[in-house]
Amino acid sequence: MNNLFLQLRDAPVSAWIGILIIIFYTVIAIGAPLFAPYAESASVGAQYQPWTAPHYLGTDILGRDVLSRLIYGARNTVGIALATTALAFTLGAVFGLLAATIGGWFDVIASRAVDVLMAIPPLIFALLILTITGTSVVALILVIAVLDSTRVFRLSRAVAQGILTMDYIEVARMRGEGLFWLIRKEVLPNAAAPLIAEFGLRFCFVFLFISALSFLGLGIQPPTADWGGMVRESAKLISFANFSTWQTATFGLAPLLPAGAIALLTIGVNLVVDWVLHMSSGLKE
Amino acid sequence: MNSILSIVLKRLLIGLLTLWIVTVIIFSAIEMLPGDIATEMLGQAATEESLAAFREKFDLNRPVHVRYFAWLSGAVTGDFGISLANQRPISELIGQRTANTFFLAGYAAAISVPIAVVSGMMAALYNGSMFDRLLSNSTLAAISFPEFFIAYILILIFSVGFGWFPSLANVDVDTSLGERLYITFLPAMTLTLIVLAYMMRMTRAAILNLLALPYIEMAHLKGIKRWRVIAVHALPNALAPIINVIALNLAYLIVGVVLVEVVFVYPGLGQVLVDAVSKRDVTVVQAACLIFAATYILLNLLADILSIIANPRLLHPR
Repeated sequence: MNNLFLQLRDAPVSAWIGILIIIFYTVIAIGAPLFAPYAESASVGAQYQPWTAPHYLGTDILGRDVLSRLIYGARNTVGIALATTALAFTLGAVFGLLAATIGGWFDVIASRAVDVLMAIPPLIFALLILTITGTSVVALILVIAVLDSTRVFRLSRAVAQGILTMDYIEVARMRGEGLFWLIRKEVLPNAAAPLIAEFGLRFCFVFLFISALSFLGLGIQPPTADWGGMVRESAKLISFANFSTWQTATFGLAPLLPAGAIALLTIGVNLVVDWVLHMSSGLKE
Repeated sequence: MNSILSIVLKRLLIGLLTLWIVTVIIFSAIEMLPGDIATEMLGQAATEESLAAFREKFDLNRPVHVRYFAWLSGAVTGDFGISLANQRPISELIGQRTANTFFLAGYAAAISVPIAVVSGMMAALYNGSMFDRLLSNSTLAAISFPEFFIAYILILIFSVGFGWFPSLANVDVDTSLGERLYITFLPAMTLTLIVLAYMMRMTRAAILNLLALPYIEMAHLKGIKRWRVIAVHALPNALAPIINVIALNLAYLIVGVVLVEVVFVYPGLGQVLVDAVSKRDVTVVQAACLIFAATYILLNLLADILSIIANPRLLHPR
């Protein structure tokens, strides 16, 4: 714990910016009902209001407060992305570690299956499966988690294979330690750093992927507030924008606000991931 | 020469095997639909005759493997069957649109590849310069920004702000090439910005790896001029990774096109796919997925084979 504080103190500015962005989003997501001035999907005014009080970021096509929807969107979009990443990670890491530790036929079958899954572009594969299952949040989480776990599988398998050639593994095997003891006590602690960095990268990927699907109208369905869906709903407004007064110019910003919210969080996570990777690679400036 | 041929053949075989498995997966999508398709589409109240007619029309009476081969041989010749939703031939629906999609992806590639390769080389040669640092920061933006964010920023600036380009890329068969290039400039630009930073970065890494090798240092120490070291000594070895980078990004472009088409309402295959998914029109989804997946796999295959051939070390077997 002490060590962590020391590392945080020495963290570069970019990592601090990343951490602050993530904390900001976390607070907003958890405390959404406290911060949002209006309810998530209630019509509270005329449609397409400009940016004036009491609707500081205007209202959308149904007269819902955009600021409130942005705040609730943090909870929905980030929450679903986090759940998906956690599931993808558990699946990929468990199978990857098992494939490396057991080896033999299990490794061959799992690796070939992953090869095939990775040969199809994930967006295309996801669209194919969502046609069959229909677009529900559960289907969305399961489909993306399985598709994304392939990359985690590859990484954790490679990392574990590197660790398994070490002498201390040989010693533990000769001591007669079991499979799960080996994974838990020897492999996992040594594989932690690259896996944490990978978690950040996978989160970014999943987050962008879900937003893209919602933008296409195939992800999180209305009336749930979601950033990808908000971009889709407000996209037409952009052609009504003109720069003569600042209030008409805000129409052009309508799709950019939720899209920017997505971009900012991804940048924050990437900055932290860069820092973690830098530390775990043992490079010190 | 023999060893290189066997490596290429082996890679080709694996690629075709993958492609075949993928066609099986895509075909089985229609089998995995819950319930009976005929009752699902026509409703519970459908008569026995109309159900039979529906099954006849969509060829649901024959066993699975027979239908698979019929579907595959049709797909190879461009006949994808008929749409589940509006019962029109799929080839009619997607023919022109597939061409539009390839046009857009090709357009974006024609802009991005030369810029990426040249500036990636510059970044590697002037490693650590302002230009190099600018490039590595722009990569962060490129991997963090959703495609539609870049697209709407471009629309806001160049279409709404300056009014230089249309925000809707509406083309049809009669649009002349010049006009087509003008109308699709913003979508092509969006795709370019998405892949550019990534491609530059990979080119830079490939060349930097190479420049660190002892034989390059030896060439420098012999007093050979800098440009000659790069053009004669480094470039032949850098060709393989660069070709690989280009082909991988072309494969990425083919998929990235889906979102960009929706933003700009461009009549391409991606739009057809998205519409078909929301209507759950499985046969159209299958056709579009097959085209996208096959292009993706073939481009990856091409990347591998070209980089095997372009590797000078394999041309002189020990």
